[in-house]
Amino acid sequence: MTPATASAAALSPPRLGPRDLGRLASVGVRTRKLRAGLSALGIAIGVAAIVAVLGLSSSSQAGLLAEINRLGTNLLTVSNGQNFFGQTAELPKASPGMIGRIGGVTNVQYVGALSNVNAYKSPFIPAADTNALSVDATSLGLPWDVGTNVAKGVFLNAATQGEPLCVLGAAAAQRLGIDRVFQGERIWLGGMWFYVVGILNQAVLTPEIDTSVLIGFPVAEHYFNFDGHPSEIYLRTETSQVNAVYNVLANTANPESPNEVNVSQPSDALVAEADAKAALNSLFLGLGAVSLLVGAVGVANIMVISVLERRQEIGLRRALGATKGNIRAQFMSEAVLLSLLGGAAGVLAGAASTAVYASTKGWDVVVPPLAWGGGFGAAILIGAVAGLMPALRAARMSPTEALWSI
Amino acid sequence: MRAQLKELGNGGASANGSTLAVVELEEVTKTYDSEPPVRALRGVSFSVHEGELVGIVGPSGSGKTTILHLMGTLDRPSSGTVRLTGLDISRLSDRELSALRAQKLGFVFQQFFLSEHQTVIDNVADGLLYAGAPLGHRRSAAAGALARVGLAGRLSALPTKLSGGQRQRVAIARALVGSPALVLADEPTGNLDSVAGASVLDLFAELNAEGATIVVITHDQAVAARMSRVISVRDGLVVRDTAGEGHP
Repeated sequence: MTPATASAAALSPPRLGPRDLGRLASVGVRTRKLRAGLSALGIAIGVAAIVAVLGLSSSSQAGLLAEINRLGTNLLTVSNGQNFFGQTAELPKASPGMIGRIGGVTNVQYVGALSNVNAYKSPFIPAADTNALSVDATSLGLPWDVGTNVAKGVFLNAATQGEPLCVLGAAAAQRLGIDRVFQGERIWLGGMWFYVVGILNQAVLTPEIDTSVLIGFPVAEHYFNFDGHPSEIYLRTETSQVNAVYNVLANTANPESPNEVNVSQPSDALVAEADAKAALNSLFLGLGAVSLLVGAVGVANIMVISVLERRQEIGLRRALGATKGNIRAQFMSEAVLLSLLGGAAGVLAGAASTAVYASTKGWDVVVPPLAWGGGFGAAILIGAVAGLMPALRAARMSPTEALWSI
Repeated sequence: MRAQLKELGNGGASANGSTLAVVELEEVTKTYDSEPPVRALRGVSFSVHEGELVGIVGPSGSGKTTILHLMGTLDRPSSGTVRLTGLDISRLSDRELSALRAQKLGFVFQQFFLSEHQTVIDNVADGLLYAGAPLGHRRSAAAGALARVGLAGRLSALPTKLSGGQRQRVAIARALVGSPALVLADEPTGNLDSVAGASVLDLFAELNAEGATIVVITHDQAVAARMSRVISVRDGLVVRDTAGEGHP
């Protein structure tokens, strides 16, 4: 037995260690598994939604950026702008040649739009049903320099560019109902038959090519009196020279009227598009936040019930020497543990759904630290907020009322 | 300390004047703020000394549970003084009272209050949880306490696998594990059959013989008769104290 007398100075209650607190916090979770699981589910759904939204958006962005990197960021395009009177300006015929002579430019390709020529599946299609396709005369290395290639058949070459032959962009082929190339396949173009010799793959960097029907410059000049002025010039530069070339392009392409020239870098537009997609996520994040809030109410509710049900345990612990602080800490940590379990399940579910979706799309799986860190952080915060009021109630409970309650 | 030990009237004379008072009540009253107010204690004075086995007996509503609350520092008196191991509980903060309970008191309840999901040894080890002992020490002390109550072979059992008498022995081991200055038992045989109840009372007698100071609160005169000193309460007053009368 301890000595019967004590000094008040020795009456300083020790703090519970993290291990003991952990054991106490897990009492409610271990003894009421189903209830704990269901209340953690709300948090899990909210966190999973947030992690999945952020993860999918990051993965899709990573996928798009990887695609852009694969296609190259060194593609520049020059197109004819508008003149002072608002009419479409013309690029000089010599533009491609002049651009090719800029230091750092490695390849130049170009197309010339035949604005008054349309392509149809057959002569019986009404003239108004153009399918929004354009007919362009093209230089001979176009597909490879704009980052696409020939899906079916062949591209035009020096021997065939003077013949009534055409190559279809990916969307153009689809709209014309042509999915393969065979001998005798033809379309009605500018009032005469043109034979289809090839279909291109999708051109991600230059989507205008997708809706083009491409023919050779000589044939365009011969049959349609095309003047040979290019409307779009595509050039590749050495990667380190992109900016330098960009700055002189307008002046080089049209020295007389550089302000009538549009210069752009297609990869920039795609990066901007990727960023714009991310902005849409705020809606889904908002939905995730709402479900987190619902989860928090669930946890608070469970904790309130738990405190009521466990009055005798609280009374016993007070009799065993627990301070109000010990009781408060026990119930607070139980709420945080509950939320943390939900948070962990949510992060796992969110990451797993991101991984599954991203792998079906062929993207890299990216779950940004903000997503999982934020998921865990939100769970801890929710647990603390939801557990605060029940924990305070538990701590305020008088030991005698708690012990002798039924 | 000795100067504080006053031998009080109203049956408060020490049975053993040479030992230290573990708990002293001095003109203690307790009124509950209900409508109308309930005067549960109307001036109770007695002391319990080291090594005593005391029964506090009285019918329902006599105030014996209120005495337990006050002796157990779970409540404070409306007036008068309650000293536990010489410390006036009215002057201690809630935190200090908690520490006092953790260090100096052991409780045994009628309903046992065991955690059904914890093994017997962990239930007993929880008796030291708030005294600041590390888990290893708590468990070894718990094993020792369980051996004292005759349950050395059931350390890993769950309470649901034990009989009522065994459960109460686990609860007694939990009260003893910190070697408290005072063990307070509230109707410890109330939920037990007569055989199990008798064995629990035998255990109290054995523990008392080994030096434990034990106060048993009961409404049962037969239980009280097993104690070496009996304090009878009725209507908030001590009506009889066998201290100084010899055995009841």
